[in-house]
Amino acid sequence: MAGPVLEVRDLSVRFETDDGTAQAVDGFSFSLGEREVLGIVGESGCGKSVTMLSLLRLLPATAVVTGSALFGGTDLLAASPARLRRIRGREISFVFQEPMTSLNPSFTVGRQIGEVLRRHLGLSRRDARARAVDLLDLVRIPAPASRVDEYPHQLSGGMRQRVMIAMALACDPKILIADEPTTALDVTIQAGILDLMRDIRDRLGTAIVLITHNLGVVADIADRVVVMYAGRKAEEAPVHELYDHPQHPYTIGLLGAIPRRGVERLREIPGLVPRLSEPLPYCAFAERCPRADSRSRSEVPPLEEVRPAHFVACFHPGSE
Amino acid sequence: MTEPPVLEVEGLVKHFHVGPQLLGGGGIVHAVDGVSLSVGPGELVGLVGESGSGKSTVGNCIARLVEPTAGTIRILGTDVTHLSRREMRPLRREVHMVFQDPYSSLNPRMTTGAIVGEPLRLHGLAPRRSLETRVIELFDRVGLRPELRHRYPHELSGGQRQRVGLARALAVSPSLLIADEPVSALDVSVQAAILNLLRDLQRDLGFSCLFITHDLATVEFLCDRVAVMYLGKIVEEAPTEVLFSAPLHPYTQALLSAAVVADPAEQRARTRIVLEGDVPSPLAPPSGCRFRTRCPLAEESAPRSIEEEPMLEAVATGHRVACHLASRGRDPAGLLDRAAEPA
Repeated sequence: MAGPVLEVRDLSVRFETDDGTAQAVDGFSFSLGEREVLGIVGESGCGKSVTMLSLLRLLPATAVVTGSALFGGTDLLAASPARLRRIRGREISFVFQEPMTSLNPSFTVGRQIGEVLRRHLGLSRRDARARAVDLLDLVRIPAPASRVDEYPHQLSGGMRQRVMIAMALACDPKILIADEPTTALDVTIQAGILDLMRDIRDRLGTAIVLITHNLGVVADIADRVVVMYAGRKAEEAPVHELYDHPQHPYTIGLLGAIPRRGVERLREIPGLVPRLSEPLPYCAFAERCPRADSRSRSEVPPLEEVRPAHFVACFHPGSE
Repeated sequence: MTEPPVLEVEGLVKHFHVGPQLLGGGGIVHAVDGVSLSVGPGELVGLVGESGSGKSTVGNCIARLVEPTAGTIRILGTDVTHLSRREMRPLRREVHMVFQDPYSSLNPRMTTGAIVGEPLRLHGLAPRRSLETRVIELFDRVGLRPELRHRYPHELSGGQRQRVGLARALAVSPSLLIADEPVSALDVSVQAAILNLLRDLQRDLGFSCLFITHDLATVEFLCDRVAVMYLGKIVEEAPTEVLFSAPLHPYTQALLSAAVVADPAEQRARTRIVLEGDVPSPLAPPSGCRFRTRCPLAEESAPRSIEEEPMLEAVATGHRVACHLASRGRDPAGLLDRAAEPA
């Protein structure tokens, strides 16, 4: 297997706010293999979106980012603004949750897709339009030749998300980062978008980072999964391994919380996510954890390989 | 089943006018178009549908938050469809709602204690002296520390706020709780706690519940019976077990096949029925069967599906379906088998 396309090491992001410092991401590392779909799972505020935004330096100036992110020999976190502009949208592209706010309402979708092509690849207006039609066809929008001249408001939510994906794929990127791409969509539409992403990986070989809170979506499409909690990595494993043998009490809690047939009670995780404005020199999950002991409350558990390719940051890992 | 239903809805229609109405312009949104359903005593009924199916409008009509265009709504046998606000007031005790967004459905200028106490005061159910005690009881009931009653909604987490919403709804011991996507805005771990709580409360207090949601898994966990809506109509209704194990309507089958399960082995072995196209505009719903424009069996059911609207017909006890093919006894498993065949 070839080396990773993206290697993030010891990434930390903190925000300097009026109320003090908030540590959104704390020493987070991960790698993304070629053609891999990596799922990053966590609940609101765990730092999953901030992590991805920080890689392309899309965070506001109040964010202090440290660590490294190697992408084809370039450290994204140290690259010049000019170098980053060539990478953003061309080699690494984003798809966001809300397609309506990510598309400009006053331009046709063809023009918006074309903008990427003209900016990055220097295509002429005419060639950009032709390529935009091809891209709409690639993301399976019916009648692409007429849709290309429509405005975002003329499209349904699912169609808009397909346009976003078409735009992200315009320059044939090596990495597609999709942040909750199906969260705003109905299930029948979600199914189509997941099929499309799988197809893109298979046909174009694009590596995908899928950020989501939905463990069902991850089960459907990811090869490997990282579970984040309070800005740290709690667990990481190949997808089947994670669902079959979850080791971290938080992962076990999340899986048990999902409503399903024939269960009398859902598993609850008592308590609240820790405040990120206070330092956490111990296990971030300790206060809510049934397995926590004095060590969990005084030391940060290191990430350890407990089974092949299965890493857990917990002093008391193990399936139930 | 001799007890009368707590809620009976018959032929409910709600049309909204949109656009300029001068000189007959604008259009009519057919949000709800002839919905009938009932909820028995102590029954939990799920009303499932995707965005724009009209499920929330049904809930809002029942609580008389919007005026229905036609149809009847009976609560505990009383026709409430055309009651004035004053006449409606005593019945407000019987029906309460919990909304999706715990941020916008609680008054930010009232303490949570005052919010929960308000219905008790308005209905004169607790004398001033015992109001505080009753509020503390209610907080305890929904798993909130009583001290939190002095706090304002913005000081609480999303899950705590939804508990306040539940305490307010249950303060006057309603016969019917209408819960409109009550857990959709919450994280899974918090969602689990609220669903467990709702289930416990229902068992202890015995109220009936109309649970409106887009999430099939929640319905399967919580509800006794399910009605599936598509474009303003109920297309299928059945006991939960029956609906999930032997769905008859092609839309129900597609919906169930599209839902993701948190188990990679099971999820990847599933066959999806992919629906073509988008939900048609409720401004101009298709003639005949509303699902025909996306139905995988459209060819088979044409031309009847274009000309004639399928009625919701009973195919077994408690199982009703609105499909020309399913009600003729077409093998319901056929659709999934066909989807499994390589193209």
